[in-house]
Amino acid sequence: MSSATALSWFARHELRLAWREWFAMMTGGRRKRTRAAVIGLLFFAALLHVPAWAVIGRFADLYLPLDKSALIVISATIFLAWTLMVSQAIESVTRVFYARADLDLIMSSPATLANLFSVRIAAIALSVTVMALLFSMPFIDVLVFGGGARWLAAFGLVVAMGLSAAAVAIAVTILLFRLIGPARTRLIAQILAAIIGAGFVIALQVAAIMSYGTLSRFTILTSGSVADHAPDVDSFWWWPARAAMGDGGPLLLLLALGLVLLGSVMAIFSGRFADTAIDAAAYGKSGRQGAKERPFRGGSRQRALRRKEFSLLWRDPWLVSQTLMQLLYLVPPALLLWRSFADSSAALTLITPVIVMAAGQLAGGLAWLTISGEDAPDLVATAPLTPSGVTRAKIEVVLIAIAVIFCPLVTALAFASPLQAAVSAGAVVISAASATAIQLWFRVQARRSQFRRRQTSSRLATFAEAFSSIGWAASAALLLALPLAGIISGLITAGLVAITWKFSPRRE
Amino acid sequence: MQNRMVWPVMKPDRSALEVLGLTKRFDRLAVDSLDLTIHAGEFYALVGPNGAGKTTTLRMVAGLLRPDAGAVSIFGIDALQNPVAAKQVMAWVSDEPMIYDKLTPLEYLEFVAGLWGIAPSVSEPVAQELLSSLGLEPHRHERCEGFSKGMRQKVALAGALVHDPRLIILDEPLTGLDAVSARHVKGLLSERVKAGCTIIMTTHILEVAERMADRIGVIASGRLVAEGTLTELRQQNGHGDTSLEDLFIALVTLQEAA
Repeated sequence: MSSATALSWFARHELRLAWREWFAMMTGGRRKRTRAAVIGLLFFAALLHVPAWAVIGRFADLYLPLDKSALIVISATIFLAWTLMVSQAIESVTRVFYARADLDLIMSSPATLANLFSVRIAAIALSVTVMALLFSMPFIDVLVFGGGARWLAAFGLVVAMGLSAAAVAIAVTILLFRLIGPARTRLIAQILAAIIGAGFVIALQVAAIMSYGTLSRFTILTSGSVADHAPDVDSFWWWPARAAMGDGGPLLLLLALGLVLLGSVMAIFSGRFADTAIDAAAYGKSGRQGAKERPFRGGSRQRALRRKEFSLLWRDPWLVSQTLMQLLYLVPPALLLWRSFADSSAALTLITPVIVMAAGQLAGGLAWLTISGEDAPDLVATAPLTPSGVTRAKIEVVLIAIAVIFCPLVTALAFASPLQAAVSAGAVVISAASATAIQLWFRVQARRSQFRRRQTSSRLATFAEAFSSIGWAASAALLLALPLAGIISGLITAGLVAITWKFSPRRE
Repeated sequence: MQNRMVWPVMKPDRSALEVLGLTKRFDRLAVDSLDLTIHAGEFYALVGPNGAGKTTTLRMVAGLLRPDAGAVSIFGIDALQNPVAAKQVMAWVSDEPMIYDKLTPLEYLEFVAGLWGIAPSVSEPVAQELLSSLGLEPHRHERCEGFSKGMRQKVALAGALVHDPRLIILDEPLTGLDAVSARHVKGLLSERVKAGCTIIMTTHILEVAERMADRIGVIASGRLVAEGTLTELRQQNGHGDTSLEDLFIALVTLQEAA
């Protein structure tokens, strides 16, 4: 087999694996669900065109040349999408480094490792780009239907963004390996992915709060002061915006730039990619130093269980990064709370739904990890504890963690508005309890490492958890503004949770 | 919080485990009205071909599976009516070691001792001793995520021993262990039996059953087809001085033909 043939064969192999992994995620690993998954996906894609129309439909009639404010809003939106792509790509690259399933096989083969890893880098870039194309499709479709075929150029821009995002992610991750070593890279890379993904939106919100006392990021983007400091309309900074609107020159340049960037990363890092993967594998084999010597601690059996759960949660890189992201999203409302402390600004009301929703989402993840993600189920099942005692201890861990994170914010809110603090506290408890209950009803036997695929085990639980968090957040906000509407919304959400219980496999 | 249990060496007539009419059906009958009595202080080996019902039987005894019918008594405690009391005196080790990747062996043992309610002053020295005797002392502060299967199996075994159970149920405990580790484990188990502990073990390694077990039960198609000491098994089946392997093959072939 020639080198080129071997590479094309390896590329096909990588793409097949990526496709099957994605498809298994969509179908929950059950081949019988293929038709249902395809129909569901097509329906979901069609449905996405509705919010896409609402969000972006009004921009379809925009034509070049644009004024600075419009260019700033479009460029900021494109940059936000790019940061999300970088975040996703860092996560993919880290996963490739630490997944040792086929590394031994690849490294023991007589093929040139640098070439194989070049293909793997290209596969990462392709998967990031394809995902971005899929997610952007409803938005671009809306623009094409409303504003004409010139908007098709936006697909080209998404390709350029995907290529460059993958290149940046690979460079960043390998540099992290070199700088801080494999032991810390997994955690730091995940935190970095979370910060990059959320950072831009949060930075805009923080700037809007500090300047205008509002959470809306568009306030800052459309402000005169930003336009005054922005580059001229013919600057290269606006190339992405112009490329999206069908300007061929900038589009071709950006595509070329993306390709050159990815090519450079492949040339520079493909050799090191192999070394990095070997380091990551060696890190796994040698283990890692844990806690220092300390005496055994006493207490009840439930306390032992709670202590174990807290240790595992604290040492879970995914959870640390997700919690950090939740906390990052709480920074703007906390800042708004601080800014609006003296006056009884209406903007303050916005804090409640943000807190409630974050609590529900975090509780759902924590509940899955503690209830379903039990790595030693036989040990716990053969321990002299009743099953209800085990479940109770695990639920306590979730609620304690939520209380530790959200109590300071609710307490601060109590100084500004006691009523709002009381409503927020109640809604946080109900939202966290609902998410935990849903995870309890739909619990499955799984390993903690399967957390990323938890949504595939039950779509009903996933949607119910999301709608419950959103419902309780909306109910709390409405209760403060329009009490009757809040009560109705709360009853609807409670009904939704009850229906979820009715359809759950654990209702007995 | 209880202190470490010290029990006298049991007389052979006192049963550690009694199983009566145990039945479990999945898509087919996995365990078929099984009766089994294991005396206290006995090392009992359960052998049988793949899919014979060995693991299903032991999982029901350990409280991991609910039987369709039958009764399980552990040291006189009805394990189906009072599972918590039954679990207090036994330990289970599966062939696939299930431990926590993000805990160190010492933290794992602390957790297990806590689950069984053993006082730290008792469990800590026992844990240190177990890690030392299993060769895990140099790794006691390393997280288990990078351990080999053999090391993980040893951590799981240490977990089963740290609360000093009266009955230890082991499902293929020597899988994945190297020769030195396997000898360590066998030595450790023999010591426990000498101290009065009862051990039930499934194994595919017939030589281990032949050497270590006081009695051997042969299970096929969910039924106990033969039981006794090696000598008794030979006598029952009319084989003079054949090995357990030959005896096993003869018994299983006979059962399959029936």
